[in-house]
Amino acid sequence: MFKKIINSINNKLSAVLLLIFSSKSFAAWDDLNMTEGVTAISKEVFDLHMLIYWICVVIGILVFGVMFYSMFAFTKKKNPTPSKFHENTKVELVWTIVPFLILVLMAVPASNTLTKIYDDTEGDINIQVIGYQWKWEYKYLDDKIGFFSNLTTDWDEIYNKTPKGEFYLEEVDEPVVIPVGKKIRFLITANDVIHSWWMPDFAIKQDAIPGFINTAWTIVDKPGTYRGKCTELCGKNHGFMPVVVKVVPQEEYDLWVISKKEEAFKMAELTQKEWSAEELIERGEGVYQKNCVACHQVNGQGIPPIFPALAGSDIVLNNKAKHIEILMEGVQGAAMQSFANQLSEVDMAAVITYTRRSWGNAEKGDGEIVTPKDIVEYKKPKV
Amino acid sequence: MSAVIESHDHEHHHGPAEGLTRWLYTTNHKDIGTLYLWFSFAMFLIGGAMAMVIRAELFQPGMQIVEPEFYNQMLTLHGLIMVFGAVMPAFVGLANWLIPMMVGAPDMALPRMNNLSFWILPFAFFILLSSLFMEGGAPNFGWTFYAPLSTTYAPPSVTFFIFSVHILGASSIMGAINVVVTIMNMRAPGMTLMKMPLFVWSWLITAYLLIAVMPVLAGAVTMMLMDIHFGTSFFNAAGGGDPVLFQHIFWFFGHPEVYIMILPAFGITSHIIETFSRKQLFGHTSMVWAMTSIAILSFVVWAHHMFTVGLPLAAELFFMWATMLIAVPTGVKVFNWVTTMFRGSITYETPMLFAIAFVVLFTIGGFSGLMLAITPADFQYHDTYFVVAHFHYVLVPGAIFSIMAAVYYWIPKWTGNMYDERLGRLHFWLSFIGVNVTFFPQHWIGLAGMPRRVPDYALQFADWNMVSSVGAFLFGASQILFLFIVIKTVMGGKKATPEVWEGSRGLEWTVDSPAPYHTFTTPPKVT
Amino acid sequence: MSYQKYYVPDQSKFPIFAAISLFLLVMGASSTINSLDNPDSNAVYILYLGFTVFGINLFFWFKTVIAEHIAGLNSAQLQQSFVFGMAWFIFSEVMFFAAFFGALFYVRNFSVPWLGGEGEKGLANMLWEGFEASWPVMSTPDAGSAFVLADKNMSWPGWDHALKWLPMWNTIVLLSSSVTVHFAHLALKNNNKKVFNKWLAVTVALALTFVALQIAEYYEAYAHYGLTLNSGIYGSTFFMLTGFHGFHVMMGGFMLAVMLCRSVFYNHFDSESHFGFEAASWYWHFVDVVWVMLFLFVYIL
Ligand code: HEA
Ligand code: HEA
Ligand code: HEC
Ligand code: CUA
Ligand SMILES: [Cu+2]
Repeated sequence: MFKKIINSINNKLSAVLLLIFSSKSFAAWDDLNMTEGVTAISKEVFDLHMLIYWICVVIGILVFGVMFYSMFAFTKKKNPTPSKFHENTKVELVWTIVPFLILVLMAVPASNTLTKIYDDTEGDINIQVIGYQWKWEYKYLDDKIGFFSNLTTDWDEIYNKTPKGEFYLEEVDEPVVIPVGKKIRFLITANDVIHSWWMPDFAIKQDAIPGFINTAWTIVDKPGTYRGKCTELCGKNHGFMPVVVKVVPQEEYDLWVISKKEEAFKMAELTQKEWSAEELIERGEGVYQKNCVACHQVNGQGIPPIFPALAGSDIVLNNKAKHIEILMEGVQGAAMQSFANQLSEVDMAAVITYTRRSWGNAEKGDGEIVTPKDIVEYKKPKV
Repeated sequence: MSAVIESHDHEHHHGPAEGLTRWLYTTNHKDIGTLYLWFSFAMFLIGGAMAMVIRAELFQPGMQIVEPEFYNQMLTLHGLIMVFGAVMPAFVGLANWLIPMMVGAPDMALPRMNNLSFWILPFAFFILLSSLFMEGGAPNFGWTFYAPLSTTYAPPSVTFFIFSVHILGASSIMGAINVVVTIMNMRAPGMTLMKMPLFVWSWLITAYLLIAVMPVLAGAVTMMLMDIHFGTSFFNAAGGGDPVLFQHIFWFFGHPEVYIMILPAFGITSHIIETFSRKQLFGHTSMVWAMTSIAILSFVVWAHHMFTVGLPLAAELFFMWATMLIAVPTGVKVFNWVTTMFRGSITYETPMLFAIAFVVLFTIGGFSGLMLAITPADFQYHDTYFVVAHFHYVLVPGAIFSIMAAVYYWIPKWTGNMYDERLGRLHFWLSFIGVNVTFFPQHWIGLAGMPRRVPDYALQFADWNMVSSVGAFLFGASQILFLFIVIKTVMGGKKATPEVWEGSRGLEWTVDSPAPYHTFTTPPKVT
Repeated sequence: MSYQKYYVPDQSKFPIFAAISLFLLVMGASSTINSLDNPDSNAVYILYLGFTVFGINLFFWFKTVIAEHIAGLNSAQLQQSFVFGMAWFIFSEVMFFAAFFGALFYVRNFSVPWLGGEGEKGLANMLWEGFEASWPVMSTPDAGSAFVLADKNMSWPGWDHALKWLPMWNTIVLLSSSVTVHFAHLALKNNNKKVFNKWLAVTVALALTFVALQIAEYYEAYAHYGLTLNSGIYGSTFFMLTGFHGFHVMMGGFMLAVMLCRSVFYNHFDSESHFGFEAASWYWHFVDVVWVMLFLFVYIL
């Protein structure tokens, strides 16, 4: 009942404000408020938000009303002799107790919703979400599939060299795919620093803490593509690690799972192929653009001293074994992470070869290439 | 008891020394107050200039003028400088100038230590700012410096940052001890605790908060130092620690810290509203109780900054309820101010304009704070511009406005000259408009989903970011007017009477304007 | 009682020199630490310079304060200011330790059990397979090369080994020193300077003993137990808590030693005026209380 009234007030007010702000260039009112989202929880959170909002508005109108009235009615001109009163225990008690009661009124629904959010049972589908500087990894624990999700917005768009697309900064190469109507549980963690996985339409925001696991769950009934972001400052490219979730019907989801599994199989075949240096370099450039430029830059110059240059680096020039090791293991305590799980053997070999042959490295160093088989070799347990 | 000596050779009434050494060696609370105030103003301009860089980058989507890495450095230094360099020292400056005069004391209780508290600051900020020129750049991990971004993944300058926080802390603790001792030990006869002016009360409580939490901050940065350089694992799960532990320690400091930045403002506002309403403040006693409750509660609400780190349910509930409770005593204060104006006899000089704007805009900031306290809703608000809007509303038209109000209110006492009322009002209106245009739209873009601490954003946030930036430039430019007004007043102007304002109450208005170099060398009697 | 003016000192050079020396100290410390793996760095000399200026400045500062006191400038009210000042300074130290005790409490009750798979966030254990929670933690969640694992800890070894257990002796030494400093205080109140000096000397000796024992304990930890700062969270909390406490013992002991020198060589202090000693003794009691907490939470429980 109450909710209905609120909603109707809200709609009317929105309409008025919409008139004010709807000059073409400005976003509509809906874009200025919290999203209602697409889950039962997110709608509850939205209602809670509107409830407290309106309570604050009403209190504000009362308090400021009295204040503005005093400001106009009791100027020195209109009221040259001020009153003398300066205490009144009764009034003071009232305005201590009444706000307290209002707060209790707010705390009840808030606590209820919170308790609902804290359902910690397993889901129909369990997805481990891992934050990296600056991308997300998703592992489907039940189906044993997994992939990385990178920003696809072109750096030229970001640096204003080309026009910005519709989903500027909100698009990724591999969105998370989930089926409608199933309970999905996210197990959220991080690999390096703290990130935070935010999907406004599900009202989920959970920090990804390295070494610990936070959980969140959702059931989405409406298919669609939903966009969110990393919301914890996680270094240089914190603004560039979006979250995209695609909610699809069950059948589509099943097909997707199968195709993912096939992809992995094809990749294994590619590994067996004999690769030429040129093929590797060509493939490597793409891999490099996607995975490495954030730190080592397009021209391989890095941003010293934190991100070393790869052009002219001794390891890249002359130390093939160490080069592989750094890519496979990462560097302890530095942003240089292990790429062993992020890149297939082929991509790994390709990117290493690419860096060894680019920016004049081929001429200055030994120029040796690395093939997928080298990586397979490296991965074999050492005895 | 030790011998009682009425007077002795050392007793001569000396004015200020000449030249630079006056400021370097001074033990005079007024000199030190002046130093603090000018220093904080300089820091406000530097921190503000950094905010201008931030707003300029955010003027449009896309990377325009700085690189993301540098943006993060600006963001971090802006936060740190505004909090530790602008607001806190400004309040300490006001405390230095006013507390001894308000309680009828000859000076601060420990004058030499007072000088040390101040002179640490320029050095500490020199170090912090010089980190901009170090290899790897300045700290880039936000003013909250969460581990492990600030430990394992930090630039080398983090070591300098850590030590400068150490000495900043030492400065604050010494300053706070001085305030506590002055208030507890140096009140003129007859000045009972409940007769004490509210600015003094607010600072007494603030000082206790400082003494309690600055050492905790020191502990936090010490653990960071050890984690970075000496192999400990406080904030590293691989060794059994927890990055979230850092946040608990930081916010145990950090939440009381934000009240450190608002309690003195409450004191100032109470004085100004009382004066310009020409009516005794309503509910003096309940004001004291309200501030005390706020201070006590501030120790048990820290995790409201951490609702999304994955706390156990019971903790989330507890911290939500405790945080909401703070609205009660804060409400009492707001109601008291409004009731003071009710049936008063009000005039609107510049200090009053700022004070009224403080009440309105701080309350709006408080409302958004209350919304943030609602945990499930905070899952949506957290780390978006809604939070940025919240804390700028309580800090800029909150803390900063109260400081400006205080400057306009007491500057005749400090300099003996009246400020230019017309320019003052112009400054007020420009600031008032600027601040709202800057920060109000941030509520909307925050709700619509724009995260904070990003140098670039998706297209749907473009319009209001532009508006916000325009507001920020306006607000920034109007502060240059403020600088001009202050300098003009220092240089000359209409002479002020001792009372200065028609309705002024309190000991500081019983001495000449400008206040003599030494006041109350023999304590006044307070009845 | 008639009123004595509150003494407001003239201009003073001490504070600015203190600030400059702190600046040097801090710049020196940061640069030194940042160039730990660079043997050519000279940064440490800035640190030394800072220490020297700081020490000299402090010496003359206190000398001046003492001279002013002897000249009768310090009214009862001013002395009361010192009393308040010292009390609140000690409170700030309490809060500093509280941060570290808080950290200990947190890792023992939350993070370590969670990492080991217990409690509300025990899911974390799936990232650290094989790690089991216990206290003291002898193995780290990531048992890899990043950590030097200890093979023995400092906890209560049982009654059989109690006598060989250094913390026990440390406790005895420190607790008795609190008693001896109290005896000294009593003697001073009776204006019995001889007895005062004697008990104060004993206290200083006990402080030295404590420090010596703690050095022995650290040596044992590093050389024989493999317990270092780098042995995971147990080593971290153990060394930071006991280390900061040890540092405070040294400061407190130094303060008492200064008081002893003042009393013996300059015949300072009498039953009426001895705030310098009193402040040092409060500090000493504070250090003692912290030790009791340490003994309980770091060693016994
Ligand atoms: C001066 C500084 C100041 C002040 C006074 C406050 C006041 C309050 N703050 Fe704010 N806060 C900050 C500075 C401040 N804050 C900063 C800097 C941050 C961000 C830090 C960072 O992450 O960088 C922050 C962040 C912050 C968060 C974390 C948000 C997030 O990161 O997700 C929360 C959550 O609960 C919060 C809550 C509150 C509350 C409940 C109050 C209350 O004290 C407000 C009480 C006042 C009122 C409610 C208005 C007046 C009352 C009435 C008129 C009575 C009647 C009202 C009712 C009954 C509703 N604040
Ligand atoms: C008391 C504290 C305080 C104050 C006064 C301010 C004042 C301002 N703040 Fe800031 N702010 C913080 C504390 C404060 N801030 C904190 C704690 C953070 C969080 C940091 C973090 O996330 O780690 C933050 C973050 C923050 C952000 C978010 C950045 C992000 O998340 O990415 C923004 C963005 O708009 C911002 C803007 C401003 C502006 C425009 C002002 C203006 O009010 C400033 C106005 C002042 C001046 C402009 C100076 C005077 C003028 C000159 C020096 C001349 C030059 C002028 C021109 C060129 C016009 N601040
Ligand atoms: C998140 C940032 C980041 C990304 C992404 C990244 N690196 Fe690095 N890389 C680093 C850092 C930091 C170091 C320096 C580590 C150290 O020695 O402290 C480094 C070091 C290296 C080195 C050793 C260079 C030397 O001279 O020491 C190589 C080779 C390297 N990276 C290759 C790559 C390749 C290839 C990719 C992409 C597949 C990549 N990196 C992606 C941050 C990154
Ligand atoms: Cu990842 Cu921000
Ligand atoms: Cu808070």
